[in-house]
Amino acid sequence: MTIQINGEAVELGGEMTVTQLLTERKVKMPDMVSVELNGEILSRGTFDSTNVKHGDKVEFLYFMGGGSK
Amino acid sequence: MNLTEEQIERYSRHIILPEIGGKGQEKLLAGKVLLVGAGGLGAPAGLYLAAAGVGTLGVIDADEVDLTNLQRQVIHFTADLGSPKVESAAAKMRAINPDVHVKMYKKRLTAENALDILSDYDFVIDGTDNFPSKFLVADACHFASKPYSHAGILRFDGQTMTVKPGASACYRCVFNEPPPAGAVPSCSQAGVLGVLAGVIGTLQATEAVKFLLGRGKLLTDALLVYNALDMSFRKVALKQNPNCPLCGENPTIKELKDEEQAVCDLKQGIP
Repeated sequence: MTIQINGEAVELGGEMTVTQLLTERKVKMPDMVSVELNGEILSRGTFDSTNVKHGDKVEFLYFMGGGSK
Repeated sequence: MNLTEEQIERYSRHIILPEIGGKGQEKLLAGKVLLVGAGGLGAPAGLYLAAAGVGTLGVIDADEVDLTNLQRQVIHFTADLGSPKVESAAAKMRAINPDVHVKMYKKRLTAENALDILSDYDFVIDGTDNFPSKFLVADACHFASKPYSHAGILRFDGQTMTVKPGASACYRCVFNEPPPAGAVPSCSQAGVLGVLAGVIGTLQATEAVKFLLGRGKLLTDALLVYNALDMSFRKVALKQNPNCPLCGENPTIKELKDEEQAVCDLKQGIP
């Protein structure tokens, strides 16, 4: 199946949870990522119970702290 | 407000734009913008807003200019090493444009002082360098109903979003709460491309100017994500999150409080 991650088409073996997707995509620090699925920000507590399906649009949005110091 | 001959000349490249004109320039001169942080993001924002003739610029920062700042914080010069950042920044802004009234706050923004300080301003630029401060700015702007520009930079990446509290997705709609301490990469391992601060801080200044003018479409309900290595800009659409702890349907944050500093030692703070 194909989904879009941050605007790019990605081929996956099949449906999986958001947690599995973060592992599959080798996201090193999942705690530093917010996930938007088809335009909705997911609560972190639902990563284990939410499946991504063919055609879904996923955005990994990263915490970015810097700016001043 | 009537523009003087000198102001008409100084701001002529603004005034000639039909979207700005004399009336728009007067709006800028009447505008009040608070820069939270006079660092990487606040530096270019402060310089451009002063040059643009934004009449009142507040700068809040507790730090002194450090040698490691000069690679990107272009409002501070080598001769300013050791000086309070607010004084260094204010001197440059006044030197660029004597029309500008600069208010200095040599302190940290805290839950205690934030609402009082914000009440004097029309728009807030978040140029802070750590998560607790970013969440505090977002929360304070929510409770004070002040529009703000959020931004963050790291390595070769930067991102920014504009928030009109209650009317558009807020910082907490996307990032509910500060990340756990263990998840944050050590500051000494991080780093930031100096120019990146200029790119993102200047975008924030653009939003402040547009807001004061009432022109164009603000970067609301979107996160603009920039990567300097790819030279790519992506605008990720956002919407208000009904589960947002701040502006959602059942908010859990009902008053302003300081978030714990769960990140690295600020002394080594980079960017």
